[in-house]
Amino acid sequence: MALDEASPVADDKIRCDACPVMCFIKPGAVGACDRYGNVDGELVRMEPHIVLERTLEHGGEVVPFAGSREWEGEIVHQQGTFITAIGAGTTYPDYKPAPFIVSSEVDGVDMVTVVTEGIFSYCGVKVKIDTDRFLGPEQATVRVEGEAIGHVTTGEYGSQMLSLGGVHHLTGGSKKEGRVTCDALLQLSNGKAVELSIDEGETVIVQAGKPPIVNGIQESRMRVGCGSATIGIFAKQWHGKVDEVVVVDDHITGVLSEHQAGKLLGMAGTGIKMKGRRSTPGRYFQVAQPGTGWGGTNISDPLTILGPFDPKVAYPGLRLLMVSTTGEHAAYYELDEHLVPVEMQMPQPLVEPVERIAENCEPALSTVLFIGGAGGSLRAGVTENPVRLTRSVKDALTYVTCGGAPVYIWPGGGITFMVDVTRLPENAFGYVPTPALVAPLEFTMSRSDYEALGGHMDAIQPLASLKGGSRLRLPQRPDNPWPLAPEQPRRSLG
Amino acid sequence: MWEKPSARILPDGRRLLLQQGPIDLVIEAVGEQSAVKVAHEAAILRFDGLLAELCDELQLLRTAVSRTSPLPLGPVARRMHAAVAPFAETSFITPMAAVAGSVAQEILGVMCAAAPLQRAYVNNGGDIALHLAAGEQFRIGLVKRPDRPEFFATATIRPEDGVAGIATSGYPGRSFSLGIAEAVTVLAPTAAMADAAATVIANAIDLPGHPAVERLPANSIQSDTDLGERLVTRDVGPLATDEIETALAAGLAEAESLRTAGLIVSAAMHLQGVSRTLASPMIVQEKPERRLARA
Repeated sequence: MALDEASPVADDKIRCDACPVMCFIKPGAVGACDRYGNVDGELVRMEPHIVLERTLEHGGEVVPFAGSREWEGEIVHQQGTFITAIGAGTTYPDYKPAPFIVSSEVDGVDMVTVVTEGIFSYCGVKVKIDTDRFLGPEQATVRVEGEAIGHVTTGEYGSQMLSLGGVHHLTGGSKKEGRVTCDALLQLSNGKAVELSIDEGETVIVQAGKPPIVNGIQESRMRVGCGSATIGIFAKQWHGKVDEVVVVDDHITGVLSEHQAGKLLGMAGTGIKMKGRRSTPGRYFQVAQPGTGWGGTNISDPLTILGPFDPKVAYPGLRLLMVSTTGEHAAYYELDEHLVPVEMQMPQPLVEPVERIAENCEPALSTVLFIGGAGGSLRAGVTENPVRLTRSVKDALTYVTCGGAPVYIWPGGGITFMVDVTRLPENAFGYVPTPALVAPLEFTMSRSDYEALGGHMDAIQPLASLKGGSRLRLPQRPDNPWPLAPEQPRRSLG
Repeated sequence: MWEKPSARILPDGRRLLLQQGPIDLVIEAVGEQSAVKVAHEAAILRFDGLLAELCDELQLLRTAVSRTSPLPLGPVARRMHAAVAPFAETSFITPMAAVAGSVAQEILGVMCAAAPLQRAYVNNGGDIALHLAAGEQFRIGLVKRPDRPEFFATATIRPEDGVAGIATSGYPGRSFSLGIAEAVTVLAPTAAMADAAATVIANAIDLPGHPAVERLPANSIQSDTDLGERLVTRDVGPLATDEIETALAAGLAEAESLRTAGLIVSAAMHLQGVSRTLASPMIVQEKPERRLARA
């Protein structure tokens, strides 16, 4: 390597490591790429500033970011334009007013939007992976390139949950751990795919809004419900076509003839013996180990969860359907003269009810929520009295958006927000080598509310003055509320 | 943590954008659908690691070339060196003067080697490598300033013209210029040669010591520029008509001698509303106020 090892690094220059050029950048200057700059000693991404346009006729898809040279020179119109913080830069950790404090009039009310990019050390992503397959034990470490970046947290209905990032992985561990964590969070937040490996568990490729890929196999469907719920939903459709149904599920395996639903239909006992622990009639826990086979268990042959049929009740010719909670696996058996189930072709009347299970399963997706705490010093860019901003947000006088997307503000202290990363324009997140993530934040409120909370009134610029420059104009997604429209729902609950 | 190179298709669904660090390549290939796909894949594959390969020799590439200079190792770096070598005797020049064109040429090269294409270009921030199959042509807009998309002339290029590279240099652009021209556009046999020649001609269009020209040491603006303490043009105040003519005449003379030496095919230059081109059937002066839709 013949990089500039000989050049002395003056105190005020920083060395950018965003690309192999590794520019030395002076304060107030940008590197050779014009994308990264030295802002008061911090390396900050200076992407073109993104402006959202309220143009629903665009069909709702945000045009991929294509660099400032693609900008075609329209001016920013007052109506239906919202300035996002993406690429706005930040004055953090400073008491100076935020980079843009913009006023515009909406329905006769003078609105102010304070626009800043926040640098978040306290941040992470919550990942919901729609699968019943076992990904790893609760609390297990989640790794990228061997580095710990988070853990498996409590599972939700039909989904496995991961909690990734956070200040301990970002800054509390080794330098490499911080770097890998920051990169993984950035990729996930920007909608890119990341391969995660879980200690004592599986390898899963996660990408916001796309089906998860578990051990190289793409997940397609969520289960319709647990085994017991599946029995409850479909009992009537099976009745008369089969004598017994077992719905195999890692959580609760259901048995039709013993289940309340079967009893109500007047179904007779079949002498079936289930392995596992009986919870209530027709509902069994732990019929097998968790895994990637039938219904999120580790079994590939469903008969292994059955004991011998009770000869006092069972009879040759008894018809048995075994099916998983997604309808992905199904098999039909009849008992022979020794009361042993023999697999046979699925009778035509049962094909449709099995397919209906699959039809009722929603597509399996990975979803990524970015979570960050904006309750710290970045508030000083908005007001001289930061706690008033926090109160104003809690009182719903100030509407918070992240790159124009609605956020959920966690109740209690601080401004801890969550946002669905697929609702932001592409590549809205950045990073600084601290390592920490850079996320856009916009605070919108009426001018009088802004004045009341001690806002930087003299720093307000009218929207019309922000024409031209290198701002990239994007259509707002139709499923996001318009940030400047007070009559619309103020917050999305996710 | 280097950002990995990114590749994406632009909203028009045709052009490929490759980015890493200071490199932005806008690529378009025209041909059979399968050929375009193969060419795109070849471009993406070659782009991965290309910047790192250059940076391995960055110190050498930022050093002025002389007859005794060591040769760089990488194929793109070699091409940069070769493109600036003809100018090394008479002026200060580093291989970085040809970096953009050389990168564009490299990517276009692998694309054309991978698949048969009717037409293709790789545009590296205004330094463009071109490919034309027989019978095809490109119409190119020449801009008044690199930072403002406004034509002052157009050039029509056919395969028989021997032009496979176009480059524009000027002080308002992204790289520094020692001269005062807003834009010098060069048509040359290769993109690397065009890039180097545009830099040299732009540097020749100058009024040394003129009070209306604001200059700053290059390294006071960008710490690790290859130009060191040399004064680069930051702004040019209004010039008298005869001063503009004098400056452009120096540029035309330089361009003419480069054409005689076979280093360029044609050139056009623009300074404060006045345009000059080397007499060439390819270049047609444009009616004023035409806007360039897309670079």
